[in-house]
Amino acid sequence: MDTILTGLGTGFAVALDPFNLMLVLAGAFFGTLIGALPGLGPINGVAILLPIAYSMGFEPASALILLAGIYYGAEYGGRISSILLNVPGDAGAVMTTLDGYPMARNGQAGRALSLSAISSFIGGTFAVILMTLFGPMLATFAVTFSPADYVALMVFAFASLASLVGKNPTKTLLGALIGLMLATIGIDANTGVPRYTFGIPDFLAGIDFLIVIVGLFGMAELFTLVEKQVSGKLDSLPVDNSFVKMADLAKSKWTIVRCSFLGFFIGVLPGTGASVASAVAYGTEKRLAGAEGHLFGTGDVRGLAAPETANNAAAGGAMVPMLTLGIPGSGTTAIILGALLMFNIQPGPLLFTQQPEIAWGLIASMYVGNVALLLINLPLVGLFARMLTIPQHYLTPMIAILAFVGIYTIVGNPFDLLLVTGLGVFGWFLRKMEFSLAPVILGFVLGGLFENNLRRALSISGGDWMILLEDYKSVTLYVLAVLVVAIPVYLQRRARRMEGDPVSREDAND
Amino acid sequence: MLFQTTSHASGAMSRILRLGAAAAFAAGLGAPAMAQGEIDKPECVAPAQPGGGFDLTCRIAQSGLEPHLSETIQVTFMPGGIGAVAFNLFNTTRTDDDSAIVAYSTGSLLNIATGKYGQFSEEDVRWVATAGADFGAVIVPADSPFESLEDVMNKLTEDPASVVVGAGGSIGSQDWMKAALLIREAGGTPQGMRYVALDGGGDAIAALMGGSIDVYTGDVGEMVPHMDAGTMRVLATMSNERLDEPFADVPTAKELGYDVEWTIMRGFYMGGDVSDEAYNTWVDAFKAAYETEEFAKLQSEKGLLPLNLAGDELTQAVNDNMAKLREIATEAGLIQ
Repeated sequence: MDTILTGLGTGFAVALDPFNLMLVLAGAFFGTLIGALPGLGPINGVAILLPIAYSMGFEPASALILLAGIYYGAEYGGRISSILLNVPGDAGAVMTTLDGYPMARNGQAGRALSLSAISSFIGGTFAVILMTLFGPMLATFAVTFSPADYVALMVFAFASLASLVGKNPTKTLLGALIGLMLATIGIDANTGVPRYTFGIPDFLAGIDFLIVIVGLFGMAELFTLVEKQVSGKLDSLPVDNSFVKMADLAKSKWTIVRCSFLGFFIGVLPGTGASVASAVAYGTEKRLAGAEGHLFGTGDVRGLAAPETANNAAAGGAMVPMLTLGIPGSGTTAIILGALLMFNIQPGPLLFTQQPEIAWGLIASMYVGNVALLLINLPLVGLFARMLTIPQHYLTPMIAILAFVGIYTIVGNPFDLLLVTGLGVFGWFLRKMEFSLAPVILGFVLGGLFENNLRRALSISGGDWMILLEDYKSVTLYVLAVLVVAIPVYLQRRARRMEGDPVSREDAND
Repeated sequence: MLFQTTSHASGAMSRILRLGAAAAFAAGLGAPAMAQGEIDKPECVAPAQPGGGFDLTCRIAQSGLEPHLSETIQVTFMPGGIGAVAFNLFNTTRTDDDSAIVAYSTGSLLNIATGKYGQFSEEDVRWVATAGADFGAVIVPADSPFESLEDVMNKLTEDPASVVVGAGGSIGSQDWMKAALLIREAGGTPQGMRYVALDGGGDAIAALMGGSIDVYTGDVGEMVPHMDAGTMRVLATMSNERLDEPFADVPTAKELGYDVEWTIMRGFYMGGDVSDEAYNTWVDAFKAAYETEEFAKLQSEKGLLPLNLAGDELTQAVNDNMAKLREIATEAGLIQ
């Protein structure tokens, strides 16, 4: 405990240096903008700005603080276009559209933006505190997660997401299946055989996650807007001055606490990140809401708070294995690891003893960065919410430009623009047929992880399926998977038994 | 291309001029540097997402050639099909792009050899220069029962399926090749090996430390930051000769009596129809950079070992390499 306090002291001395403080603020601000642009996410923000930070000749600690600010900022910013435009700003913000966008359509954009900023803040801060206290220990535990344990984690994720099966289970399952099929495109990670590439080299590495979300969500949304515009069905929204209320926070407090832990832990695991964390958080919370679960997806504050808390907690969690073991837990932390190496800083168990000012400075800057992001984001809520009053014939081309520029900036391959458009048309058809797009995305993310880890586990065991049940971690996760399905059923039965005696919300949540 | 002057001057002369230019630059005079090669808007294409090995390769060109080219190289990214998209683009539309070089590695050569890059071959592009080299390594966790490469090889000979080998690439990738070479030397076949394909080096290291795999056939370069931590041990390097610190105490597989060698060459190619003038400017700029201490320092900072080949020398080396890769890939069943 003493070493942690001394370390934090050293860290805050570095992070609160006026120049570094300015860098955190600048990073947080630009990160928010990068995150809000569809197609540009934290990975691109950090990658684009890394060479700039290096060439400006900053001290290593300062450069890292700037990059971490951008990383955090982008995780905050991703929610903005999810809520306002139904277009996820980055991979971790897909689930935010489910309840955030309905809230915005109901004239509650300001409320949604401010609530999500607060849940992001709490999730992010929780993650830094947990990292400060248990970082090295957790990282050592996280690497013991074997492929078989990841299989169990995916089963748990699928079980919690089964709650997404809404009005039409067949269409939900079909949607998930389409996602799974999209995930199989590209070179098979195990055998190296190309699957469904039809000889087109652009497909060899598979379809990038960002392209799927910008296409299926962004472009499909655009086509829907154009269609409504043409048929004159588009209703304009009044200026929206709503803001988060204490009652919203009271209603979602346990959701936020649970999702902070859940998101952080999933983030620490090297194989999973913000997108898996937010999906599992949303599914689990919907299940735990019991009889009120049907409100999720219509603009429920808990449905918004859950993924936003979890994706920011996961962003913090992903830093743990990178700093303490030198293993990047996500694409973005891989780039930050590259930045550390560029400055001749070697992350790992020795970092905290050999270069405490850098390790602790970075951690302290995360505390500062979270506070800075909350302070930057809350006053801007009104400004962002006003975007909705922009007439649609300006807004629609703007989304299109942002989506295309975003995609082209990262990849620079014209083929991807065609792919995004094609997926957009496909997404528009799915929406016309009343498919929900979230199961498609989840099938895409979880399916790839599930398949690869299952095949890895079986390679390790030489084909023996018992490997899936050998470890206590797997078994625990399977038990949790059963519970997450069974508890809501039990709660509903109990509610029905006590008919006339309504179940209080607190009960259903606990 | 109007000022294509001194890059064709004799080596000694151009070196003197370049020193002069560097001195002028250092003095802040900013005089036009006469010894610099003139390339209009030079570009290095990293055929992958930012942050990986190709990014690193391009950064070496960017920093290393800064004093030797009239303009700073822009690094651009062209992910898609493990480098196949870039290779095809430079064989179809950008074949005569004088301003762009594209990063490649031995992994790309292997993909050409096994036909993953489509119809084009190593004959269709022009090989410019190398950025440096990395070598394969046999790595185990600190608490592994394997004390030496011999222990691993004996166990593999006894029962090829008793050791779980893992690495960051799929079957047929260069990470897999390193494992396949080991098992072949131990008397087994690649098909009989228990190989786990993980998602990149970071994942592979996590799996090794977590005990999911017994042996990781990784690279020397990525081990540099882990050498002091004491969490992993490098049993052998797959280089021809012993490497410098921090690997001076690590034997090569060859000196232990196993004929296993894997050099990862990192470098650059251009389209097949570029002008000789532009090609030579690039080659000369690299040759000039190889002469400097700064370039050697840059290589070691980026975790690469010196392997400096440019122009005809490199083309020869690539052709030799391709012949060898085709032979191994055929043996391993990757080419039918």
